[in-house]
Amino acid sequence: MTALLALIKKDLILFMSDRRALLLNLFMPILLASFFGFLTGGGGKDVAKIEIAIVVLDSHPIIQKIVQGLKAESTLSVKELPLEEAKALVLKGKLNMAVVLPENFGESAGAAFFGGKAKPELPIYYDPSQTAVLAMVKGMLTQQVMQSVSAEMFSGKAGAKFVDQTIQNLEKSDNAMKENGELHDFLGSWKKFQDKQLTKSNADTEGKSAVSAGLSMPFTTKDQAMAAGDPVTRKYNGFAHSFAGMSVQFILFMAIDAGIGVLLARRLGLWNRLLAAPVGLNTLLMARGLSCALIASGLMSFIFAVAVLVFKVKIAGSLPGFIGVVISFSLMTASFGLLIAAFGKTPEAARGISIFATLIMVMLSGAWMPSFLFPQWLQNFTLIVPTRWAVDGLDAMTWRGLGFDAALPAMLVQLVFAAFFGLIAIWRFRKV
Amino acid sequence: MTALLLDVQNVSKSFGARKVVDGVSFSVARGQTLGLLGPNGAGKSTTVSMICGLLKPDQGQVLVEGQTMGAGNNAVKFKIGLVPQDLALYEDLPSIENLKLFGALYGLKGSQLQQRCESVLNLVNLTDRAADKPATFSGGMKRRLNIAAALLHEPELLILDEPTVGVDPQSRNAIFDSLELLKSRGLTLIYTSHYMEEVERLADHIVIIDHGKVISNETPADLYRRLPAQAALSVDVHTKVAETDVASLSLMPGVSSINVSDQGKHLELALSSHEMALSLLQWLAKAGYKTSHFATAKTNLEDVFLTLTGRSLRD
Repeated sequence: MTALLALIKKDLILFMSDRRALLLNLFMPILLASFFGFLTGGGGKDVAKIEIAIVVLDSHPIIQKIVQGLKAESTLSVKELPLEEAKALVLKGKLNMAVVLPENFGESAGAAFFGGKAKPELPIYYDPSQTAVLAMVKGMLTQQVMQSVSAEMFSGKAGAKFVDQTIQNLEKSDNAMKENGELHDFLGSWKKFQDKQLTKSNADTEGKSAVSAGLSMPFTTKDQAMAAGDPVTRKYNGFAHSFAGMSVQFILFMAIDAGIGVLLARRLGLWNRLLAAPVGLNTLLMARGLSCALIASGLMSFIFAVAVLVFKVKIAGSLPGFIGVVISFSLMTASFGLLIAAFGKTPEAARGISIFATLIMVMLSGAWMPSFLFPQWLQNFTLIVPTRWAVDGLDAMTWRGLGFDAALPAMLVQLVFAAFFGLIAIWRFRKV
Repeated sequence: MTALLLDVQNVSKSFGARKVVDGVSFSVARGQTLGLLGPNGAGKSTTVSMICGLLKPDQGQVLVEGQTMGAGNNAVKFKIGLVPQDLALYEDLPSIENLKLFGALYGLKGSQLQQRCESVLNLVNLTDRAADKPATFSGGMKRRLNIAAALLHEPELLILDEPTVGVDPQSRNAIFDSLELLKSRGLTLIYTSHYMEEVERLADHIVIIDHGKVISNETPADLYRRLPAQAALSVDVHTKVAETDVASLSLMPGVSSINVSDQGKHLELALSSHEMALSLLQWLAKAGYKTSHFATAKTNLEDVFLTLTGRSLRD
């Protein structure tokens, strides 16, 4: 026991004495997690808006309503710019897209509203890397155009003018009157409705309240994020997932260093010197594994302490579950380090291969990109990767706010991996 | 308590098809200093590894006080202190922490550990550097700390595997002072080296290994007796030495051989004793030869190795 404790103490002192490595291990994951967390919505305060430009080449009332409508969209940041400037900014990637509202668009769109007339074109210049944004903005644009055109046609001056002209055209021709008598009657009724709306509108001091809303979506959605997040606001905190992912990644890197440390000790003769003492190989490996697990737990605790205190991440689920996931991940990490030490031939070669393996494991864990974005087959496949369980377990105990029972599978799978890696490492060490 | 502390019995070890140690046997009595001499790659370190239980012999066995060194027999390891060829120290761990670690590996703790650390630091003159990291030490200081780490648990047998590699002469002397002190206290030592002058200075019994086999196992005095000559005299004279005088010299008692070169003006004589050199120089002066330069040399273990193997220790 004295030897085991001394070996663990030695590893901890050596880890703490390398200030540069310590700072890297502590602050790199925090830096990257804060960056990725910010990109994915951060703490829910500043949701990134889609930046678009509108090029207005028409002064028709319909156009004014479309512009006002788009500017009122909470997910859009709209700038009115000249065409060339807007195109240049899209090309540079400064704007996601530019929507051109061309000359006579308002009148043409109104005329095309009831069919018969050619539909006007609405040019859109977009960043080809933002195709998802294109679909979103087209949806919002469609809604705004439909609403503005229909509002104007049903109750605006342009609509009244259009109905007057159509009635006059019908009355000019007897044939037309005979064939479209019902249409004439309908337009007459519509004209009366429009006159009433316009009179009401003029009577209003501001002329705003009486204007028809036009055709609009016959429903609204009530969006509720299924995340525990903040227990009061129940907002999703994007930092929670990014801190889970980045801490897993950098702690695995620490485990690589621990494994490489054993290889270096073997190269320098230190390993043999330790084995010349009356301690068995199992004691040496156990000490190395435990010290690595302690360091991993310490790093994870510090990183999540910063996440909680600075980035308002909540351990909204079970705290014992969170601790259990951290400990099981730390043990899995430690045995992964021993595995590297057992199979590495030289420190240099082992470092290259193990960094590659770690990056693959981290990538498949959903640390960089949430695993639900993977194709279904890949989501199923990544269940064989222990880091996937670590990230899922941490997510479950933080922003998903699940109970201890949700942590159990993650803990169990990681402990199985820890035992598996550890046994293979011991077998290999004994063989060499 | 047996007088025989270590008994290496016919041990062999192969790595793949290469037999590195081939039937090596020797023993070390309590209080004895054994020099294990041989060129690089002779099998010294492999033999040491088997003695310390780091390698299992393919054949034969190692007994320490009658107990077999082997897997799981940690009790035997308590009797041995190893100073490996490599600097087995954690460079970024303060010296005192290095010592505490190695002490704890042998079960030392608390005040006993502290007292032992202070004692060994004092022995190797590093007390004032206890808090410093070995990374800041010279090569010689690291070697001394390496020795200190092996002495913490007061072993009965101290094995030093080429402990002066890469050490400056001053530090080498400091190391030898420490080792001579330990020897005077009765500690049993095994000293491996390919520097014969180091082994000569310390050892009272020498085992020479070459190509994995013991080619000699005797005291230094017995080894020297194997040599045809114990000393050499080199003389330069102003005039050519007459052939009759050369013949007379070669017939003198104690002169093993004589070589003449430089047109008869340079003589190389092999002598049975170092003391004979003066009488030979006096003879030459009496015969009318004016000596311009002379030098004498004692034979050493390098010559012994050359005699035994036909090649140099450092080939």
